[in-house]
Amino acid sequence: MYSALHAVTYAKSTGVFDLTFLLVLFPAASAAVLLLGGRRTDRWGHLLGCAAPLASFVIGVIEFFALISRDGGQSRQLDQHLWTWVPVAGFHANVNVLLDPLSITFVLLITGVGSLIHIYSVGYMEHDPDRRRFFGELNLFVAAMLLLVLADNYLLLYVGWEGVGLASYLLIGFWSHKPSAAVAAKKAFLVNRVGDVGLSIAIMLMFATFGTFSFSGVFTAVHGPGVRSGTMLAIGLMLLLGACGKSAQAPLQSWLLDAMEGPTPVSALIHAATMVTAGVYLVARSGAIYDVSPHARLAVEIVGAVTLTMGAIIGCAHDDIKKVLAASTMSQIGYMMLAVGLGPGVYAIGIMHLLTHGFFKANMFLGAGSVMHGNNDEVNMRRYGGLRKLMPVTFVTFGFGYLAIIGIIPFSGFFSKDKIIESALDKGGATGDLFGAVAIAGAGLTAFYMTRLMIMTFFGVKRWPRDVHPHESPKIMLIPMAILAAGSLLAGYLLVLGGSLQHFLTPSVGSSIEQGAHTISPWVLSVITLAVVLGGVAAAWWLVGRKPVPAEPPTHVTLATKAARRSLLGDDINESIFMHPGAYLTRALVFFDNRGVDGMVNGLAALVGGSSARLRRTQTGFVRSYALSMLAGALAIAVSLLLVRVG
Amino acid sequence: MTTLPAHSGFPWVMVIGLLPLLGVAGILLLPKAREAEARMIALGASVVTFAASIGMAIDYKVSGKPFQFTQDYTWIKAFGAHYALGVDGIALALILMTTALTPICVLASWHDAERLSPDDEASSGRGPRLFFSLLLATETLVIGVFGSLDVFFFYVLFEAMLIPMYFLIGSFGGPRRSYAAVKFLLYSLVGGLLMLVAVIGLYVTSAHQLGHGTFDYRVLINQVHISHHEQIALFLGFFIAFAIKAPLWPFHTWLPDAASEAPTGTAVMLVGVLDKVGTFGFLRFCIPLFPYASKLFAPYILGLCVTGILYGALVAIGQKDLKRLVAYSSVSHFGFIALGVFAFTTQGGSGATLYMVNHGFSTGALFLVVGFLASRRGSRMVDDFGGVAKVAPWLGAMVLIAGLSALSLPGLSTFVSEFLVLVGTFTVHRWFAVVGIAGIVLAAVYVLWMVQRTIHGPVTRAVEGFRDLSLREAWVIGPVMLAIVFLGVNPKPLLDRINPSIQRVNVDVRHGDPLPGAAIHCVRLPTRSSAAYSSSLTLSLAAARCPTGYVEFTSHVTLTSISTGSTVK
Repeated sequence: MYSALHAVTYAKSTGVFDLTFLLVLFPAASAAVLLLGGRRTDRWGHLLGCAAPLASFVIGVIEFFALISRDGGQSRQLDQHLWTWVPVAGFHANVNVLLDPLSITFVLLITGVGSLIHIYSVGYMEHDPDRRRFFGELNLFVAAMLLLVLADNYLLLYVGWEGVGLASYLLIGFWSHKPSAAVAAKKAFLVNRVGDVGLSIAIMLMFATFGTFSFSGVFTAVHGPGVRSGTMLAIGLMLLLGACGKSAQAPLQSWLLDAMEGPTPVSALIHAATMVTAGVYLVARSGAIYDVSPHARLAVEIVGAVTLTMGAIIGCAHDDIKKVLAASTMSQIGYMMLAVGLGPGVYAIGIMHLLTHGFFKANMFLGAGSVMHGNNDEVNMRRYGGLRKLMPVTFVTFGFGYLAIIGIIPFSGFFSKDKIIESALDKGGATGDLFGAVAIAGAGLTAFYMTRLMIMTFFGVKRWPRDVHPHESPKIMLIPMAILAAGSLLAGYLLVLGGSLQHFLTPSVGSSIEQGAHTISPWVLSVITLAVVLGGVAAAWWLVGRKPVPAEPPTHVTLATKAARRSLLGDDINESIFMHPGAYLTRALVFFDNRGVDGMVNGLAALVGGSSARLRRTQTGFVRSYALSMLAGALAIAVSLLLVRVG
Repeated sequence: MTTLPAHSGFPWVMVIGLLPLLGVAGILLLPKAREAEARMIALGASVVTFAASIGMAIDYKVSGKPFQFTQDYTWIKAFGAHYALGVDGIALALILMTTALTPICVLASWHDAERLSPDDEASSGRGPRLFFSLLLATETLVIGVFGSLDVFFFYVLFEAMLIPMYFLIGSFGGPRRSYAAVKFLLYSLVGGLLMLVAVIGLYVTSAHQLGHGTFDYRVLINQVHISHHEQIALFLGFFIAFAIKAPLWPFHTWLPDAASEAPTGTAVMLVGVLDKVGTFGFLRFCIPLFPYASKLFAPYILGLCVTGILYGALVAIGQKDLKRLVAYSSVSHFGFIALGVFAFTTQGGSGATLYMVNHGFSTGALFLVVGFLASRRGSRMVDDFGGVAKVAPWLGAMVLIAGLSALSLPGLSTFVSEFLVLVGTFTVHRWFAVVGIAGIVLAAVYVLWMVQRTIHGPVTRAVEGFRDLSLREAWVIGPVMLAIVFLGVNPKPLLDRINPSIQRVNVDVRHGDPLPGAAIHCVRLPTRSSAAYSSSLTLSLAAARCPTGYVEFTSHVTLTSISTGSTVK
């Protein structure tokens, strides 16, 4: 039965919480100045570009402390009304920003990690003539991402959602004179558009069903008696489609590897730490919807489990350091999806892995950028080798990320990934066991491909060409890397000990405090997982580390390896199902439009007024006859009207 | 006779309609030696017209009468034709869009007319004086069409509109201009003839009922009852005329030729402004005059619309000529507009009206940037470009933003209207909307592929010497971009004026918007009796749907207001 307990209401913001809009405004204003200001802002553009996210971070920290100083529960959700956006009868969209535990968590991640990556970029992009434009577009991304997580309704969320997509498009194609970059940018946008169809339909379903698409309205209404489970399933699946596009989850995963065409800081911020996790945010934010639809949750779990496996397999086969990391991102987001799909009680654990991943993956991408910076932008790991001696800081910081992602105690990934595996097994039943097993196997694969990456990059003998002189990166790049490395180590404690994050997020995503018995004792499970991980490490050493790395990838390999090198045929499938038939359809329609429809009309014209060629020739004569026909028409009207009057 | 007030308020519509004609008079008085000054006069006249229409918008009362600033004079007494003008929210929005775009068109055509004139035998009669006179005359006629409250007056202006546009295309266009102009004329003539028959039919019907025939729009919708059979016949006459004008699939084939042969400014005027008369006609005449027939045909029309959305987008993907690409994208967009109109919901109708305005700016921007590109390269072929963003970053940015507005990027104006159209359709015809939504993916394909091939990629040799936007070009495209962004962030002022007019249009075909599927919630009342709540909250009790002790409320009523017992409207 319906009770007021389910009502979701947000308090009106006051005091320091009235500053929430500034979080978005600072980077947005900075982006406007840098992008519209043109070359005049070249000299100081990067400084403004760094200052904007830092300013937002400071406000975020202030608001965070103000938030935790309030009582728990509802009083920690504060809504700020800015203006009425689209009012049409019952359809009412506001521009409102909502500060609650979930959104402030993202705000701190986006502005914190974002600021570090901005600072790193000052060094990384130093020699690029368009560095100012780079910072403008990066600021645009931060603004859009903040809007995405701060929106208090789905339509405004959609604006942020497309905004980050636009920024991603611009930044993947930052070096758009390279055809590969231009194509990759377009592909990312198009695949995301398919996801957008899902998000659009979800919003329309919400409006058609509940008459609203604000978070509070929808989350309250889902418990009403008039709600059919089929509708909720449809909404859940459509939101999931959107999430798959943005988070590069199967079957919309294929754009992420190509997105590595963008500058490496972009890969770190957008395609690892923040934007690609927006799908996870969407599902966690929509927890109230998934709570009432177990089938939709199952779909999320399946997507997560499938993608975490696919990503890990693809990661084992590529030689491009950024593509390995990108495949790894897919796989790790698969873990997060699996977690948020497990539903009530586990949303917070998905967010936790999202945060730890934000640290260690951004860290490793910046490390990869540092390696590329020192190796003439080479990305092929077969041209590295033995870099640990020449790039010791990069090696150490990257090593922290490595230990965190494979989940070695006491690094952060250990805590968050273990909890996901534990939660999957706790779900029980055949699916629970299956997802748990997949998650453990994924951990082994992760250990394999990451160890392979470490060996090929930092160990063994040098394989770089004679004209390359690897060197350590400047301090402005190393310091952000060091901070993120520290985060890779410590984030686990900050977030996990005493269940602090779970407690904090409860008002947004529901309680996630463990209850009931575990299927397997957490200690036993940790030991099993660690054993599998060490197995993966050992296998990598056995296969890659024992003998010198060949300069070219071996050609006599199994079909499975070949498929993995082609990213499990994602592009081949898209091309054969959509692109080729689509191209034929388009060509056929163009032909039909020129010959069919138009031909018919021209034929008709020829029939009426002689040959169409004559029509063209006697153009002036035609005008005269047109004037004549106008006159005749006017006469006809006058006559007929008079007749009617008389009659 | 009519009891409706003949005159109310300041005659804004007439003033705004006559201002461009003053410009025409000024231009015609110019001696040939100073004919280049025609464009200055045209610019001045069109800017003053825009300023006047801003004045009208300020003077317009949001909650005032349905039609404001009305004027009514007998024109042809013999058959009751009136010179009657007035605007509702729909006409107001469209007149604003028209007057805002005309100065842009003038400025965009700055050099288009002069190129043909000097010592050119073939263009002896052409030249800036003729060109800008025709452009301003078109503006006057379009304003008259939007502001007309007399069906006969509307018909005359609707037909007369063709003449200046015919000469603008046929005398100043590209190499195949004659063919394009004749095709445009033929199509429009066929539509016009059908409408003429329907106009006469309408008069006959009114004559039978009232004893005297009338063309007075407000009398026709309020006092004349048209039988179902007559509605079907008359509806089709109006509908086909408007569907050709809009153009709706499959009446669209004149548009790519006309738009691609027309010079830039003319193309903007044609597709951005003139074609809106078609979709405006659906709202103004088809639905209020023939509600039965509108309802009857709506499902088929919606089918045409979604077909057009997908067809236009798919054919746009396959175009090699930039201008034809933009024209086909408009075929797709007109499908969206008509979809919203014939969904008969407030969101659909208001979205469609807003779409007409936004499409004017968005397609205008696309034609303008294509014009910029073509004027530099001397070709409109997509494959003749590449790497423009590298050489001319501002031009590249404008191409990109115009494209993003065509694919309805959230944050830009087109998103608001497209989403409203789709959501307004979704609540009543779920599957039509879902098929229409596929159009947003196809739009991304034709836009981004075009962007990739023109402004991205390696700099081709022909593009190397491209200069960036000139000051004039910046003034042409800048205000359009500003409008696209502003209306995306703050469409409320326009929507507040459009909504009541749309609700009046829809009232005959559908009584209110559908209620949300799960609108009924049952809330347990903690202490007081439900009767007390129902009176203090003005909520309806539905015992059949909610158990005793529960009260029914719709989901936009929040629970706080119930628990505190405050009054909810």
